[in-house]
Amino acid sequence: MSDALLELRDVSVTFSSRRGTVRAVDGVSLDVRPGEVLALVGESGCGKTTLIRSILGLEPLAGGTILVEGKPVNQRQRTLRDLRRRVQMIFQDPTGALNPRHSIYDAVAEGIRIHGIEGNEPALVADALSRAGLRPAERYMARYPHEVSGGQRQRVLIAGAIALDPQLLLADEPVASLDASIRGEILALLRDLVEEQGLAIVAVTHDLGLAWNIADRIAVMYLGRIVEVGRAEEVLAAPQHPYTRALLSVVPEMERVEQQILTGETPDPSRIPAGCRFHPRCPLVASGEAERLGILGRCTGVDVELVQRGDAHWSACHALP
Amino acid sequence: MSDADETLDVAPTTFSPRAFRWQRRRASAADFWSRFRGDRLALLGLIVLLVFIVMAIAAPWISPKEGLSAVDSIDNPTWAPPGRGYPLGTDNLGRSVAAQFVWGSRVSLWVGLSATVLTIAIGAAVGVTAGFFGRWTDATLMRLTDWFLVIPFLPLAIVLASVLDRSLRNVVLVIAITSWPGTARLVRAQVLTVKQRLYVDRARALGANRAHVIRRHILPNVAPLILANLTLAVPISILTETTLAFLGLGDPTRASWGKTLEEAFNAGAISRNAWWYYVPAGAGIVMVVLAFTLVGRAIEEILDPRLREGGA
Repeated sequence: MSDALLELRDVSVTFSSRRGTVRAVDGVSLDVRPGEVLALVGESGCGKTTLIRSILGLEPLAGGTILVEGKPVNQRQRTLRDLRRRVQMIFQDPTGALNPRHSIYDAVAEGIRIHGIEGNEPALVADALSRAGLRPAERYMARYPHEVSGGQRQRVLIAGAIALDPQLLLADEPVASLDASIRGEILALLRDLVEEQGLAIVAVTHDLGLAWNIADRIAVMYLGRIVEVGRAEEVLAAPQHPYTRALLSVVPEMERVEQQILTGETPDPSRIPAGCRFHPRCPLVASGEAERLGILGRCTGVDVELVQRGDAHWSACHALP
Repeated sequence: MSDADETLDVAPTTFSPRAFRWQRRRASAADFWSRFRGDRLALLGLIVLLVFIVMAIAAPWISPKEGLSAVDSIDNPTWAPPGRGYPLGTDNLGRSVAAQFVWGSRVSLWVGLSATVLTIAIGAAVGVTAGFFGRWTDATLMRLTDWFLVIPFLPLAIVLASVLDRSLRNVVLVIAITSWPGTARLVRAQVLTVKQRLYVDRARALGANRAHVIRRHILPNVAPLILANLTLAVPISILTETTLAFLGLGDPTRASWGKTLEEAFNAGAISRNAWWYYVPAGAGIVMVVLAFTLVGRAIEEILDPRLREGGA
């Protein structure tokens, strides 16, 4: 356990609204090892973005602990600043994440200045830009975010993050807002950063195909909980949880499986169903399979926990042995 | 470039951020001027303003201060219409109306500008603090702002002006105290929208503290609004000063346009049909107020992206 770069222990994040408390993240435990790519997969609204924001202290924890290299993360300004050098984040919307009044130079130099990193600032910025694939760096420094393309903006964000030489990069839907032709380039860049600089990445995505492209491990999230986690090839080749199977069946590349379209909307996190939180949409329940197995009562009444089933492969389902 | 260093293991670059920043500032100033120049009314307002500013600064050379003193004007004809030695005539005490007009512009402009700067400073400080820190800070400051906002402005100004000493400084203070809440609300609203922007989250994720976020992201986005608000608030301050002076609550020792109007009214200039006594001061107020409004509207249009097609 101590070799983990990032450890989440029973992490919860809640939001209070007029209608009551919303448990966006509800007891998540997860490890990320150095140099590893973990994909956090799930539908929109399942809490995956909230979870990675909480790792950086952008959302206060309602419960649980987050440890980076064994040290707990708290809301104290000094610890946060130190954490925010070793963990960096790139955002889903690179246009919104760059201040339109700041030049690309200033955007990349911002972190360098905040942390007072020693050295020649223009040289550090140039280095970060070229590592992020913006070469020659001089051509981009004097430009403004609206003067470059979406893919280049995402590279500017990546440059700003890797300028601090972080150990962990949190990527929130890193390619969702980009053209299909640019996606591959950005994914290749992230993969290179992992291989050449030993960076670990937690990538949030709703796209299992993308997870399959870059991830070493996959964690599937549903309504604030992790329902399955394991090595990417195992989760994709032998999915255990019915939710993972349903997600997988609609990936176009997976031709051999029969499509399972989940019925119903993503349930409202302010009203989490009793028992297994997936049961109102579970194909096993809908098809009567759960009743035949004699577990329907447990599905609708007993909460499920992650259980290890196979080598480093965990899942949370009453129907599994 | 001079700051490139050979001992570094990264490639030196010819990019100089400082030179670039200055180049960018010059470019945006040039852009601002070319847009401003395109607005004929604003240009007219600017010229009028410059004329009045030059007049206010050059008052001692244009018109000797003795002209304001009733004692020094004892030998002058009273109620003389414009002409022969008195370009704007004389008042009931034989003082030159032209001298009062020239010296009055000083007080009106000075009070208008300094009261506005103070108003905006209080309003911006309250607005940024309330908007940025939120929660109870926001609740407290906004209740305070509401409280000032609902107090009828003129009675409060009159009460304050009569309680405090009759000095120009107190007139400035009274105007500022009664007019900051509008600015505070405006600035707070802008801070609230900027605070939600993703680039503020990114700055926090990069390790920025609150001071950095305010300095680098919040203020630059609120500054144009403040600047536009500033020019539009000057006329209000000038009119308030005139109102207070007309009600006899200004500084009795200084000639101001409002005071000229008050004295003309009290001396019965209107029933005597001595138009030369009150028309110059009134026209001066109207011209300065209009000029500031024209300039302010143009600045607002240029700086506030919401009023401009396509955004900033």
